[in-house]
Amino acid sequence: MMPHPPLFAVLLAASLVFFCFSVYRRFSLVLLGQPEERLDQPGQRLKDMLLYAFAQARVLRKPFGLNHFVIFWSFLVLALANGEFLVAGVFPGLNLGLLPEGVHHALLILFDLVSLATLVAIAFSFGRRLLIQPPYLDSRYVKGRSPEAFLILSFIALLMIAYFGMHGALIAQGAETATAAMPVSTLIASWLAPLGGGLDSVVLVSWWLHALVLLAFICFLPHSKHMHILTAIPNCYFGSLQWPNTQPRERFEKGGTFGVGSVEDFTWKDLFDSYSCTECGRCQAACPATNTGKPLNPRQIVHAIKTNLLENGPALKQGRPGTLPLIGDEGEGTNTEDSIWSCTTCGACMQACPVLIEQMPKIVKMRRHLVETKAHFPEELLNLFENMEQRSNPWGIAPGERAKWVSTLDVKPFAAGETEYLFYVGCAGSFDSRTKQVTVALATVLDAAGVSWGILGKDEKCCGDSLRRLGNEFLFDKMARENVELFRERGVKKVITLCPHCLTTLKNDYRQFGLELEVRHYSELISELVQTGRLKLTGGAAGLGTVTYHDPCYLGRHNGVYDAPRTLIEKATGKPVKEMERNRENSFCCGAGGGRMWMEELIGERINHARVDEALTQTPDTVCVACPYCLTMFEDGLKDRGAEKVQVRDIAEVIAESLRSV
Amino acid sequence: MLVVVCVKQVPDTTQVQIDPVTNTLIREGVPFIVNPYDTHAIEEGLKFKDRFGFRVAAISMGPPNAEATLRKALSLGVDRAILLSDRVFGGADTLATSKVLSAAIERLAQEEEVGVVICGKQTIDGDTAQVGPGIATRLGYAQLTLVDRVEALDPSRRSIQVRRKLEGRHEEVEAPLPALLTVVRELNRPRYPTVAQRLEAVDAQVELWDNKVLNLDANQIGLKGSPTWVSRIFSPERAKGEMLGDGARDPEGAAQLLIDKMLEKDLLAL
Ligand SMILES: Cc1cc2nc3c(=O)[nH]c(=O)nc-3n(C[C@H](O)[C@H](O)[C@H](O)COP(=O)(O)OP(=O)(O)OC[C@H]3O[C@@H](n4cnc5c(N)ncnc54)[C@H](O)[C@@H]3O)c2cc1C
Ligand code: SF4
Ligand code: SF4
Repeated sequence: MMPHPPLFAVLLAASLVFFCFSVYRRFSLVLLGQPEERLDQPGQRLKDMLLYAFAQARVLRKPFGLNHFVIFWSFLVLALANGEFLVAGVFPGLNLGLLPEGVHHALLILFDLVSLATLVAIAFSFGRRLLIQPPYLDSRYVKGRSPEAFLILSFIALLMIAYFGMHGALIAQGAETATAAMPVSTLIASWLAPLGGGLDSVVLVSWWLHALVLLAFICFLPHSKHMHILTAIPNCYFGSLQWPNTQPRERFEKGGTFGVGSVEDFTWKDLFDSYSCTECGRCQAACPATNTGKPLNPRQIVHAIKTNLLENGPALKQGRPGTLPLIGDEGEGTNTEDSIWSCTTCGACMQACPVLIEQMPKIVKMRRHLVETKAHFPEELLNLFENMEQRSNPWGIAPGERAKWVSTLDVKPFAAGETEYLFYVGCAGSFDSRTKQVTVALATVLDAAGVSWGILGKDEKCCGDSLRRLGNEFLFDKMARENVELFRERGVKKVITLCPHCLTTLKNDYRQFGLELEVRHYSELISELVQTGRLKLTGGAAGLGTVTYHDPCYLGRHNGVYDAPRTLIEKATGKPVKEMERNRENSFCCGAGGGRMWMEELIGERINHARVDEALTQTPDTVCVACPYCLTMFEDGLKDRGAEKVQVRDIAEVIAESLRSV
Repeated sequence: MLVVVCVKQVPDTTQVQIDPVTNTLIREGVPFIVNPYDTHAIEEGLKFKDRFGFRVAAISMGPPNAEATLRKALSLGVDRAILLSDRVFGGADTLATSKVLSAAIERLAQEEEVGVVICGKQTIDGDTAQVGPGIATRLGYAQLTLVDRVEALDPSRRSIQVRRKLEGRHEEVEAPLPALLTVVRELNRPRYPTVAQRLEAVDAQVELWDNKVLNLDANQIGLKGSPTWVSRIFSPERAKGEMLGDGARDPEGAAQLLIDKMLEKDLLAL
């Protein structure tokens, strides 16, 4: 009854050749990318791979992820069944029946049940796409209800149907004896039994259906978004170990390329990322830019890189330049400048991606190209860049005025050995009139907690955060080197920052410049002091009423500080924080990160309005923040919404208030 | 055709304070920058280069460290940078400065026809606005001050048409080449150097011309050739301000008042 091994052998060989050829063609394009080290720390990488690829940790964060979990594991289990099918199709005697009976039967039970589970999961997938499709499945060029998506789902469903058809018919014919090991197939057999003599054709049709669908699947796989079946697992292995993700350094040498202006300027990992995208849309659902009508969609950034690579790849392989621009007018393989400038570098996309794709650094690399190679960027940034270069602060205020906030306070200059911590005030804390109030509050809190601290005063320089995120790596590099030198010279070892942007830059970015500091956001330090009893907070700030807390992206998502701010607010006000709907790692950016603070927001809804509206649904009396940018964005947003009676407070102010009232 | 841009290195005056005791400028630790108006002069020169393929030379008279200013000009794309530096140039007033700059321009003109000379409207340290006109007079070039728009330049007819920004009005003038322009900030938006340009500029050549090159009479230049000198520098008493409008009660009215005042003083253009 086994259908035609020679014919099948030819079909199989042809499919495998086509598969290998397609895979080679696509994967060889990845090698067009620039080098990047992703083989270090194999132990950690293995762990990440097990956690994210095999345990599907990120996938399972959304309820429907369970469905994918089932399909993924069924796929692995059935890979064995399908492998047997292919081998036995050519060499009928070579099958799992050769294994000891116990093992064989165990496998059969597994295959039988898993096939049913898959069928159910596929039915759910169909239903989801057809009936309750969430909006984030659609992007501009890839639709949730695309023929491709349904084709793949149908392939899988047909494989399962064929599997049951064949085994059911065999059982009905009495040709399959291990019925106890195949409960589902046995049930099917009872339905098929009335066919009697027709069972032979059921077997035959099912077998060929299974065979042809499997071969079609193999051929189609490398050409579809389901290529992620091949790439996602290694992509999790090669994922960035530097979470929070900073951007890589650049080398500034004459004749070099600065930033990414064409697809081959990306690293091989960036290109591999683009092959790994599952088009799940989770990054797009989380992105504050996409959500407020900006032209940026992190998923489309990744998709554009893939499309561009496939289009330009053949020419590039022959040493000719590609013809499809990577940055230019709207197109499936092209990113627009507006989309590149819309990113707040909030990191929500990277946090959401189940296969550890790094969208945000790719955007920054393209910004670098615009700034460094093209000197072409939104007009507002010219002033910022000049101010940073000449006066080392975004506003261009005379550096001599940095320590003006000190005026009546007794603040020591930092001196190694005499003061334990350097309090790195930052530009906003030094120059912005509203944030200066926070600085003063923090100074009094640090004193009350008995912390030994000092400042650099007028010698302090900007950390360069905005420059780096905006792609002006050349200036950032210069400022970072100067700061690293300054910190070394002064013997700085421990730093407290007021601003999460300073925090991340000093802590995570300067590491690339050889500086390892103990940098902490003040909220971490103070909450530790409260916990150890060195500072007592007894609800003195209860007057602030109902308090909701906005997680700043660079404090929370980028540096994992979620609990300290909440503890402090609770201790200072006597009441726990009233959480917004999106909080902690799901927090929604205020709109000012990534240098967006210094840019006009002309497209779509304002991000801070969206976030303020979300905060207002909790009817708070006070919105608490822990970042000068968030402070500005919330105060502006509340004003725009006519909700000025809701106050905005930095946590430092809340603590100071609590101390004052004791 | 050559465009010559005059650039001056100035202390970042927003960071300069006056010593209340000695009444002298505290220049210590104050960084030097390119005179802001001159960055617009450079930009306009580069626009001529982009449009007509003219070559652009930047010249600056100053101490050796003024080289940094010229490197900045090189990073933006000027073809040639010349530092006029010599002890005998030192202590120059506007008259002596314009003599040295004129001599340098004349020398350049011997090598290549000079079509346009561009100066800033004024410097932020000296603030006299005399050097540009001084050069034009000395060289006999058409003098177009306070230019806020270059309407046209016709190399074949050797003429230039510009708009001048005067108090409360504009004036359009046409003049033959060679012409000297002094420019205001509204003229253009200076470009930003690319990284490649910056790296190139690091070891690009800045030519050094001293008085051996210019060969001027030492009594006519520098301190000796300067009939004006500064007798005293002081911060003017701040006139007592007056409170206008009531921003707390009528923010819109206060804003309107502010806008009106600014328009009146020409601090704002509609
Ligand atoms: C209060 C005061 C004190 C001074 N003290 C001294 C002193 O102690 N010692 C001393 O040596 N000088 C001193 N000077 C400098 C000198 O008198 C002038 O600064 C100089 O001659 C140029 O005049 P200006 O800065 O007013 O230029 P402006 O006439 O305002 O400049 C107009 C334009 O001319 C061009 N230009 C001007 N100067 C140069 C230059 N050097 N190189 C190239 N282009 C230029 C620029 O394009 C500039 O935008 C002092 C000036 C003042 C006002
Ligand atoms: S970093 Fe934030 S703003 Fe940028 S693409 Fe990702 S989610 Fe969107
Ligand atoms: S980049 Fe990641 S999160 Fe975004 S669609 Fe692709 S797989 Fe999903």
